[in-house]
Amino acid sequence: MNITLRVWRQANAQSEGRMVTYQVQDVSEDMSFLEMLDLLNEDLTLKGEEPVAFDHDCREGICGMCGVVINGTAHGRGNSPVATTTCQLHMRSFSDGAVIDVEPWRAGAFPVIKDLVVDRSAFDRIIQAGGYVSVNTGAAPEAHANAVSKLKADRAFDAATCIGCGACVAACPNHSGMLFTAAKITHLAMLPQGQPERPLRVKKMVGEHDALGFGGCTNIGECAAVCPKEIPLDTISQLNRDLIASLFKRDGK
Amino acid sequence: MAITGLILIGFLLMHMYGNLKMFLGAEEFDQYAEWLKGDILAPALPPGSFIWIFRVFLVAMVVLHLYSAFTLWSRAKAATPSTYKVRKTLSETYSARTMRWGGVILAGLLIFHLAQFTVHSALINGSFATTYADSPYKMVIGEFSLWWMVLLYAVWITVVTMHVRHGFWSAFTTLGANTSAKARTVLNGCAWAVAVLLFIGFMIMPVAVLFGWIH
Repeated sequence: MNITLRVWRQANAQSEGRMVTYQVQDVSEDMSFLEMLDLLNEDLTLKGEEPVAFDHDCREGICGMCGVVINGTAHGRGNSPVATTTCQLHMRSFSDGAVIDVEPWRAGAFPVIKDLVVDRSAFDRIIQAGGYVSVNTGAAPEAHANAVSKLKADRAFDAATCIGCGACVAACPNHSGMLFTAAKITHLAMLPQGQPERPLRVKKMVGEHDALGFGGCTNIGECAAVCPKEIPLDTISQLNRDLIASLFKRDGK
Repeated sequence: MAITGLILIGFLLMHMYGNLKMFLGAEEFDQYAEWLKGDILAPALPPGSFIWIFRVFLVAMVVLHLYSAFTLWSRAKAATPSTYKVRKTLSETYSARTMRWGGVILAGLLIFHLAQFTVHSALINGSFATTYADSPYKMVIGEFSLWWMVLLYAVWITVVTMHVRHGFWSAFTTLGANTSAKARTVLNGCAWAVAVLLFIGFMIMPVAVLFGWIH
């Protein structure tokens, strides 16, 4: 199949970017979206042009490195009911002769480094603010010593599957990082190890999130709709519950 | 945002209930209007003072709601350095997308509504001193017997109920009530129910006046 790509090209953080049109020939429908970009880059390299910079690593949908906005949806899920990362999106999702728009995540907290690559270290700073357990919990305890209900264990695990790709921020009309923050809050709030620091954690992480220049959450739900790991929107209500409860605790005051 | 919004929705439901008293006739409605401005909590408070406490409270709620909205808007603006060339939404509803501009239109028409029915400085079909002779019932009949007034009111109520549709769900989610996928369905269902109830409850009376069912 042959496709037309309109790709955001931006030399560096300071320069102005623009959409550039490329023709990509002989694309196999079994290629992933990133392999198709590799094909384009081979062609550009042979022509002596600068290849398109994009982030990627495992290409198995588990590392969270890749991520671009494809035809207006983060990771390019479009109308498909299947959640996906960009690397797990295949060219069979597009028709022959399709025109595909590719843009980087756009958010104040995620400045563009080059082309489709953005700096997502703001997420690291949210985690550094409290997304951890700071006591040494030692070796795994005897399984029956500290019972965790199935419901809580499942919620913790579902929330912990967040890969930090940033699609939630990219898709949010307010460019809020609330789903990412809420996933970590919910993960640790459901487990015994997370309890001692629970009230302080939510205050610190939400404070850091706001200080980094992310927008506020208005419960629209675009974040959960594009999330490749299907982190549910109810994690945000969990964060709000913990935040309200923490206002009545001395921690952090 | 959530707390002030829910209080204002509560007020809308009460206001709607009061409007429906128009169907009980002039005497009943005028008595109700008199009671609102008169002796609520009268032995404890001086007669006529409750309405002012209530008005100040409502204005405070509106101001705090506007302040929260402005804060959210300015944070979103700061977090959006550039916009997408192509953007496709997956779950954003029309009412969610129009919360900000819809809110501004809503507030503008609210000022007109208060000027018309509370301050009486923008009455369209007569003057308070002569035509309506201190009968709120006559005033409502007079104002809503104009077709374009009912149309304008319908536009406003549509904007209000759309605002309530997203606002109701969003407020409960902010307060932590969206605990599961099922809770989300229930909250959105309730938001629709409240919005539809408010739309029908507010529109049925002006329409009845327009068609002469109550006069």
